[in-house]
Amino acid sequence: MSANAGLDPVAPLEPPVPTQKPIKTTGLHVGDAEPGCRKVDPILVVDKVRRSFGGLTAVDVDHLEVPRGAITALIGPNGAGKTTLFNLLTGFDKPNDGKWMFDGRSLAGMPAYRVARMGQIRTFQLTKALGLLSVMDNMLLGAKGQTGENMFRALLPFLWRTQEEANRAKALDLLTRFKLDTKKDDYAASLSGGQRKLLEMARALMSDPTLVMLDEPMAGVNPALTQSLLDHILNLKSQGMTVLFVEHDMHMVRHIADWVIVMAEGKVVAEGDPHEVMKNPAVIDAYLGQHHDEDIGQDPGAETEHVSAIKELLDDER
Amino acid sequence: MDWEAIFNNAAVELISPTTAAYALAALGLAVHFGYTGLLNFGQAGFMALGAYGYAISILTFGFPVWGAFLVGVGASVVFALILGIPTLRLRADYLAIVTIAAAEIVRLLFTTNTFASVTGSANGLSGYKNGFAALNPLAEGSYGFGPFENNAYDTWLRIVAWSIVILAALFVWQVMRSPWGRVIKGIREDEDAVRALGKNVYAYKMQSLILGGVFGTIAGMIFALPRAVVPSNYQTTLTFFIYAILLLGGAATVLGPIIGSMIFWVLLSFFSGFVSRAVEAGWLPFMTTIQGGQLRFILVGVAIMLIVIFRPQGVFGNKKELAFVR
Ligand SMILES: Nc1ncnc2c1ncn2[C@@H]1O[C@H](COP(=O)(O)OP(=O)(O)OP(=O)(O)O)[C@@H](O)[C@H]1O
Ligand SMILES: [Mg+2]
Repeated sequence: MSANAGLDPVAPLEPPVPTQKPIKTTGLHVGDAEPGCRKVDPILVVDKVRRSFGGLTAVDVDHLEVPRGAITALIGPNGAGKTTLFNLLTGFDKPNDGKWMFDGRSLAGMPAYRVARMGQIRTFQLTKALGLLSVMDNMLLGAKGQTGENMFRALLPFLWRTQEEANRAKALDLLTRFKLDTKKDDYAASLSGGQRKLLEMARALMSDPTLVMLDEPMAGVNPALTQSLLDHILNLKSQGMTVLFVEHDMHMVRHIADWVIVMAEGKVVAEGDPHEVMKNPAVIDAYLGQHHDEDIGQDPGAETEHVSAIKELLDDER
Repeated sequence: MDWEAIFNNAAVELISPTTAAYALAALGLAVHFGYTGLLNFGQAGFMALGAYGYAISILTFGFPVWGAFLVGVGASVVFALILGIPTLRLRADYLAIVTIAAAEIVRLLFTTNTFASVTGSANGLSGYKNGFAALNPLAEGSYGFGPFENNAYDTWLRIVAWSIVILAALFVWQVMRSPWGRVIKGIREDEDAVRALGKNVYAYKMQSLILGGVFGTIAGMIFALPRAVVPSNYQTTLTFFIYAILLLGGAATVLGPIIGSMIFWVLLSFFSGFVSRAVEAGWLPFMTTIQGGQLRFILVGVAIMLIVIFRPQGVFGNKKELAFVR
């Protein structure tokens, strides 16, 4: 990777920071920053959505609003229900009950492909690159409203050739921005794990979505690429898109998110500005478990883990 | 040993209507399995619907050739919808189970005595070829050369059969290089990813099932024209032979199913001729003529195994695809 060539290998690795100083969007909420608080201009409004797997209630969100035109981070410990909530909101899973509105239209019961067509595009935590399609074909699949995707019109290339060329140019532009343009003719299966994350995100952008939902977009991406990925996410905001992303790395959340939603055991336990929300006792509870006073110290391994988790949470404003 | 006759008979199979029928049925499976990733184990059922739909329409209802053709195609569209509506939303293996069972149900319905007046039961149907022969523009006489010399009817049948195969191959080639084909191949790789990009995966899978099924049905009609329609021809083994042809030629290819079918039938004819003459000549003293008939399938199996071991992607498959473990 040429981007890494200048790095001194013995220098301590700084946490990746976007090259541009992010401009935070503020004044997103109405009233106190409490779980389920109202937003000035919500793009997504979730009401009483519940999903249980047998006896386990994976998601039980009473009320949640995602602000438009901002970057919102969804955080929470493993198993908090973040991915399940993503699946419910995008039509990949059906809730036991509840309803939710995207851009003023109810999405409950709508199949996943129609949710996507409305402009709410998601990526997956476990990357879904289409392995035996070329990187370019992966990108082209993302484009909306293609004439040639009808079987009979497919037989008449002159009907869709112009559109295809336009999509190809757009795809190449996106691939260049994500540094994948040299790979465009390779099978997606030949990409590395991090490159697949990039491809999946670039592919999602082919449809010019209004809301982009990214499930752990930085997991497994190397620090140099993370920087550019953070820049991409910030760019999405400046282009007027709304971003909702799941992330475990608090440094990144703090640097790019305008708003943070914290989930634990299926519920939204805290919301707020990224700098304030970390100080919320409910967040510390969420990460350490409700009974941390009782069992801390009994298991020395767990203790160091807890201590480092607290450190990371409270290690604000570096 | 009469090597010339053995090679001659093998060469006959190269362009026989049966080879064309298997090629077309395998092309349908290529659409299903190779391109879309649908596990259809009921291609024999689609073929049976074509053969019976054509024969019954003519014999029982007195339809013209084109009417009988449309009845067969219509029956297979309905069959594809019945198979697809409940299963295409489920995991891939459900379609496999349902198709294998449905194809058997179709065969048994044609075998049962209850409908003997229409289906001819286990004896099957014959005498439906006049309409097709009447369309023959060729004058009486002999056409072609060497092993490919045939009378007017057989030549006409070969021309029609292979024209249909070529048209179907061009159709598949064109749609698979279009945006439609891109969605179809995407579904094979990961249907949830395609869904997340706003494509109606269910509708695409249904279109693919119908398209490949209609190819199977037309193949069933071509298969029926040089012989009688007998239910025992449409057993599950027929589907497996077609899968063997598909894997031999290359699953996600257009030429694979066609060349695969030629290889399969030429080998089968060659081994059949060789074994029966070898038994007659006393080269295989431990074997009866009937056992010899079985041996040819064993030899074809071995030959296919060798091809697949040394060219696992099939004759036309892309070697690079195998470099990636899925
Ligand atoms: N299909 C399923 N069947 C049964 N239980 C499930 C299923 N999907 C999720 N769960 C359970 O629901 C809970 C929430 O899972 P989810 O994947 O949403 O967590 P997450 O917040 O995304 O965690 P992570 O940060 O590890 O990705 C977990 O306890 C998980 O075991
Ligand atoms: Mg998750």
